This record gives sequence, C-alpha cells and structure tokens, in this order.
Amino acid sequence: MNLLGKSLLELKKLVEKKELSLEEVWDYFLQRIEKYNSKMNIFLTVVRSRKGLPIAIKDNFCTRGIRTTASSKILENFIPPYESTVTKRLIENEFYPIGKTNMDAWAHGSSTETSDFGPTRNPWDLSRSPGGSSGGSAAAIAAYLSPAAIGSETAGSIRQPAAWSGVIGLKPTYGRVSRYGLIAMASSLDCPGPLTLTVEDAAYLLQVIAGKDEYDATSLSQSVDDYLKEMKTKKKFVIGIADDYFENVDEEILEAVQKVIKIIRNLGHKIKKIKLISPKYAISVYTIIQRSEVSSNLSRYDGIRYGRNRDFFGAEAKRRIMLGTFALSHGYFEAYYKKAVKARQLIIDDYKKVFHEIDLIFAPTTPVTALKLGEFEKYPFFGEMMDVLNEPAAIAGLPAINLPIGLDKNFMPIGGQIIGPWLKEADILNLAYQIEKETNFFNVINQGLKKWQ
Amino acid sequence: MAINYDLKNYRPVIGLEIHVELKTKSKMFCQCSADYFGKKANTNVCPVCLGLPGALPVPNKKAIEWTILIGKALNCKINLVSKFDRKHYFYPDLPKGYQISQYDQPFCQNGFLDIYPEKSDNLEIALKERKRFRIRRVHLEEDTGKLIHQGNETLINFNRSGVPLVEIVTEPDFSSSLEVKRFLEELQIVLRYLNVSDCDMEKGTMRLEPNISVRKILNSNHPIPSRLPSYKVEVKNINSFRFVKQAIDYEIKRQIEVLEKGENPRQETRGFDEKKGITYSQRLKEEAQDYRYFPDPDIPPIIFENEDIDLIKVPQLPWENLINLVKNFSLRYIDAFILTRDFNLLNYFLNLTNEIKKRRIKELITIEDLHQKIANLIINKKTIIELNFDEVINKIKDAFIVSPIDEGLLEKVVKKVIINNSKAVSDYHSGKENALMFLTGQVMKETKGKVKAIKVIEKLKTILSNK
Repeated sequence: MNLLGKSLLELKKLVEKKELSLEEVWDYFLQRIEKYNSKMNIFLTVVRSRKGLPIAIKDNFCTRGIRTTASSKILENFIPPYESTVTKRLIENEFYPIGKTNMDAWAHGSSTETSDFGPTRNPWDLSRSPGGSSGGSAAAIAAYLSPAAIGSETAGSIRQPAAWSGVIGLKPTYGRVSRYGLIAMASSLDCPGPLTLTVEDAAYLLQVIAGKDEYDATSLSQSVDDYLKEMKTKKKFVIGIADDYFENVDEEILEAVQKVIKIIRNLGHKIKKIKLISPKYAISVYTIIQRSEVSSNLSRYDGIRYGRNRDFFGAEAKRRIMLGTFALSHGYFEAYYKKAVKARQLIIDDYKKVFHEIDLIFAPTTPVTALKLGEFEKYPFFGEMMDVLNEPAAIAGLPAINLPIGLDKNFMPIGGQIIGPWLKEADILNLAYQIEKETNFFNVINQGLKKWQ
Repeated sequence: MAINYDLKNYRPVIGLEIHVELKTKSKMFCQCSADYFGKKANTNVCPVCLGLPGALPVPNKKAIEWTILIGKALNCKINLVSKFDRKHYFYPDLPKGYQISQYDQPFCQNGFLDIYPEKSDNLEIALKERKRFRIRRVHLEEDTGKLIHQGNETLINFNRSGVPLVEIVTEPDFSSSLEVKRFLEELQIVLRYLNVSDCDMEKGTMRLEPNISVRKILNSNHPIPSRLPSYKVEVKNINSFRFVKQAIDYEIKRQIEVLEKGENPRQETRGFDEKKGITYSQRLKEEAQDYRYFPDPDIPPIIFENEDIDLIKVPQLPWENLINLVKNFSLRYIDAFILTRDFNLLNYFLNLTNEIKKRRIKELITIEDLHQKIANLIINKKTIIELNFDEVINKIKDAFIVSPIDEGLLEKVVKKVIINNSKAVSDYHSGKENALMFLTGQVMKETKGKVKAIKVIEKLKTILSNK
C-alpha cells in the first residue's frame, strides 16, 4: 500500500481495520526519515517509539527520557525527567513521538535559522527556509516524514511555517492547550497546536491535547468542543475582511486571498469589511512583552544547572535577553512594559468589538512566501516582519488556522488564515473544512508531496 | 551588653522584615511536601520547584488563605485584587533566576499589632499603656533552596525550594530593642494561635531582619523630625529573639559612635556573629538592586469577593482572650497575660473551667476564687495540662475543697504537734512570731490542708496560752 500523503486519521482507520499494521507504519516513516532527514535537517532526535501512531514533536516540548533541546546548545544534553501535558495526552491516546523537530533556538525566530543545530530546509525548495519557529514540524509534514506534528506558537510560529511549507497549522486560543512542559518563550503568549495535512487531523489532534490542566494555572476550564463533529455541520458565517491586513502584502498572495474570498462568498457566507487597529501597533506591543518575558524565562539557564554556561546562548537569545532586561529595568518599566500591557488591552478590546459584528476574519498569513536561507540576517526584527499578520491575534490570545491557498510563481506555497473569537476553534475548523472540501486547497499539499515520493 | 552612651540626643529608628514558613501540606506552587525538615537532600523536589524547563507554578490555595488570615489577624486591609510577581536576581539557590513573590499588590496592607504590657495592675491601665506598631504589608512568596558549604565545595539542597513563605513588613515604628523583642514575641504567639506556622527560629521557619538607623535629635523637648534618616542598616541571619535584641543594641551603639565622629553610617547589609554578639559588614547597598519586578505571566491575578474574605475566620487572639480572662473570669492581669502566651495553656484553662461548670460540681463552683486558683495551678505546674479532666478535677478537689473538720480531731492534731515541736513552742513563748507560723504549717501538713490556716492559728493560740 502506498502510504504517501495519508492523513493521520486515515492511517488510524487503516490500522483499526487491520489493513495496516503499526509495524508497517513505523517502518515506512523511519525509512523516509533515514532517507530524507539529512537533506532538510528536520529531526534533531529520531525516536523509534514503534508504539501507537507516530507524531513529530517540536523540540521545546519536554519528553520524558528523550533529549529536549529547544534547539539550543545550552540544553544539548538535557533529558527531561518528566512529560509535558501535550505529549502525555498524545501518548494516552496512542500517539508516540517519532522525533523531536528542529526549531529556532528557544523559538526565537521565524525561519528555523537561529537553531544552534543548523537550519531546517524547506521541502519545496531546499535553498529556502520552511519558516519558523516550528519550521521542523511544518517541514516534517510537507516532506511527509511524519503524518502529523505538534508545534508551538507565540506569535506566528505555527501559522507562518505552515504557510511557507504549505500545510495546515492551527494555533488555538491561549490557554486552551496546556503549556506545562513546553519550554517557555513568552509565557503570556505561548500556545501549543497541531500541524497537519488535513483539517480533520487538526481538529482531531486539538481534541486530544486541549482542556484544563491542573499543572497550568493559565489553562482554561471551559469544556472542550467536539471539533470533529461540529466542523461538519456547514455553518454560515459573516466573514470580516480588514484592509490593514492587506497592506505591504505581495501581489500574488493578495490575488490568492481574493480568490478564496470569492469562494467563501460562493459557499453562502457573508463578507463584511471591518476596521481593526493596524497590525503595525501589535509589533511594538508584542516586541516589548515578548522580550520582557523572554529575559525572565531564560534567567534559569544561569550556568549552574544543565551543564552549559551562558556563553552558549546564541546571538538572537542574547539580543532578546538584553532588550527584555532593559524594558523591565527600574525607570523604564512604566514607559515600556506597562504601556505595552495597556496597548495590548486596546487590541483585545478592538477584537471584542469587531466580533460583535462578524464571526470570523479572513486574511493572508504572511506578507511574502518562503524566503531564501540567510535573508533573516539582514533584519534584526525579521521575525516581527514575517509575523506581522499573526501578531495581533497572538497578543489577543485568539485562535487561528493557516490554510494552503495556492502557489506563487516560484512554486512556493501561499497561506491564508482564518482568525476567530476566543474559544471558537470549532467555527474556524468548520469554515476551514468547507474550504478544504470545496477546493482541496488547490491541490497544494499533494503537489508538495510529489517531490518526496 | 551594657550600653554606655547617652541616648538623649539620639533616637533609634527600627523596622522589621519577618519571614515565616507556612506549614501547609504542599509547597507553594507544586505538590511536593512543604515539610522538608530532616529529609535526604534533593528528594523532596519535582520539576516545578527545581525550575526545570517548561515547568509551571500553580498557586497553593491554602497558603493564600492563610496569608489573608495572618493579614486579618494583623488588622490589615485585604486587597480584593492581588497578583504574583517575579523578582529577578541570580543566586545558586534560586533555580528559576527569579523568585515568585508579590510586589505592588500584596494580599494584605496597612495593618497594626498592639503590644500589651506584661504586667499591669488592671486592664484600664494596660489598655492605656499598650503600644501600636504599624504593619506595612503581608505578602506571600516562595522559599529558596539551601546552600551547604563544605570545604571548597558548595552543594545545593532544593528540598526547601518552593515552600510557602510569608513576609511581614512593619513600618519603622520601633525605637528600642526591647520594643522589637516584645513585638516579635507577640507576633510569634499570634501566628501560633492561627496555627499556620511553627515559627521555630532554630529550624528557620521564622526569620528576622531588623533594619536599624539612628537619628540625631537636638534635645528631648524638640519635636522629632518626620523625615527618616538617609541610611539604614539591615542585619541578616539572626535566629533568636535574644540575638535580635543584641544585634540591635550593638548597631545602635555602633551607629551613634559613627555619628558622634560627625560621619554618616553606611547603607549596608550586616551579618550577626552570635559568639561575639556583634554585627559585621556583609555587603554595601548604596545602589538599590534592580529586581525587575513584573507580573508573573504563569499565574492569573487572584481576585476575591468580600464574601470570600469573610469566610476566612480569625480565632480569638491573645489580647481578646486576655480581656476575656480579666473581665469574665476575674483573673489577675498578670496571670491572664501568662495564660494567653500559650494557646495550649489557655485552651486547657477555658475547657477545664467550662467542664467544671458543665458537670455542676457544686463544691467547686462555690469556691469564690476558683478561676484564679485554677489559673495558678496551671501556671505553676504547666505539665498539668497533660492530665485528663477527671484526674485534674480530683486534684483540684483535693487541693481546694475545705471540708469542715472535726473539732476534736483538730485539737488532737494540734496537741500532737505541740508535743513533737517543743523547741518551737518555747520559741513562741519567748516571743518569736515565726515559731507560730512554723507550727501552723505543721498542723496544716498533718490535716492535709483541709483546715484554713486562720482556724489553725486560732486553735494553736488557744491551746498554747492555756499551757
């Protein structure tokens, strides 16, 4: 049986019907990893669990007994003595790690190039970046070295690599999925989520990992929706379109987005123009809050534990630690952090207001498609620029999903995103599923897989 | 240590920071036991209190409740909206590089503790003499690990890491080491009443840091300037009330000597040498350390309704019991004071008197100063509280019930005593009053105290004069 491109749920069904053995599944993916991983540097650690169905895990989730580095030399030899809540819930549902995926070190970046273990290459074009920070997880799906993956997003780190690598990436509401065992980047923003080949897989995995966790005080106690069931009811939505989210976006991306908007309208949804605070303000707010939290979160790597001193921090981590330390310093705290927190509230209120008028927002995911490796070094705020369209929703804690919506002239994938109100993952998935059924995502995913037979 | 200088021209200004470990079941932010004492190093730990990558704190509800209980007992305003903040500094015993503490919205603020005099003729005078010391804040944080220095090595034990730690900060309201000592004793008693901490100085579950400065005043009639001195000296590592007193007295003397030379004492942190009874410089604190406080994003703000706060009930505190004992039990002030020093003694007293009332033991109830007698009994022999009520009630009956004694029997005993103590008898006749007291004592002993002394004396006098 040719397994190429089979979704996680398809594999699960085949195994359940005994048409396929777990042994075959594991052999298949481990052989592919053997064959292709060195070309793209997707997995930092390959895990031959050979139990349950395989899933790729971003290397910032603590996996008991399995090396977890956050792609930093500081943690090169760190083997966690405990399991993150996300991986624990996956294992309880018979999904076992097949490997730990490369990422930007400490999730600082949008290209996977700040990894201390070398960049991951984009399966569509090896000279390009897969995006980041969950670049390894996105590439693992695009090259089908794993049927599904878990990533984490602080502001764009799931959606942007999903867009650049041509896969589906779901960033849930902040607090919907436990952060326990996720190596912290910016604690008030970090959010685990799935990267998959189908909307169903994303819904299914979210179902597995979502829910209140007694080990995470910021996890939400609201009950978890039955996403798989609710996404199939073909609801009709009012979709908001905000002009500010189309500024400085590449022409080809704009065209692809317009095409999707037309399809959405044809599906019977209402399109409505909305006015949102410009995403450019979100950049400042995000930068200050994120750097402040980073400087605090990284202070535990003081050289006394984990066997590596602070010299092993990469340039990007050092920059962020310094900026964050400055922003929290006496005399500057009011001017930076406090002000940013206030502005953050304005952005949240802005979304609240808008979601009275509309159900969901549709927008491009990134202003450009995958860039060549090395580009990021030209810009000190590369991540913020690449994630400009992801940051407002992230700082508001909103759920969103990236969908492949076409290819540009270089044959690189284009991503569009649906942003929803807090805890409305079911609605986001509902619309995403309708678009998937209608367009099969313009065959993007299948075309990508062809390169990696 | 004798203080040989004239305090007339100087006024010490002393404030206190007191850390108290709570005796909750689990630690502040994880499920490890908060009882770390005597455990093998680094066995009472988990990813959270080790600050491992990815681990998250979940606040202990009981610890928060108890902090508010302390705040209420100290007459504080309880903040309905509170939060935890991160306080950053690098130290090997601090595994996250920050301590989770509270900065600008502590659970409790602006309270006070009244200190009553140990001795007083009556309650009215005591109320007039009581001193009020203001509490600036009461907040909750986590304890650190412990460094153990062995030769050239330093080891870290994280068993204590994350134990709930309450910090009580006073205003600089103290002007003598004695005031401080009395305040601390009272605070310790209050915290033990609340049953939230062992407050064991030796085990380090109660730690004290006085900060001391001295201000010059022109003369005792001159009004004291409201501005505080420009420096303060913090003394750390003190583990008994006696040492606090010593350290403060030493500091006052040292600082006055510096001021006398026309210099300003340095702002610094000093340690205390128990053997020598002196303080010594540890580190200068000319610039305030920047802890870069900010709200801990891992812990949502803690929000209460007034009803939640009302549900946290403060038991009757020492001074309330003191007033009760004096007013309703007619105890002498000093005895009431002693009984209220120890929650166990007080409880035993209250329960015992209640039991006697309940059992309607007529011959006891009719004793006029029964409560005072019981109080004396407990105060003089504290081990009595280990007895059950039946045993102790029998003891009381034996001791205090005066049953009418057979006149003939008394006469017999008196005569016997007179015959057996001829020296005392002749002393009495030669005018030595003491001899009579001695003989009375002998009779009392023979009659097991069942006859009132006055009656014995009367009888003795009669029989002796008939001789």
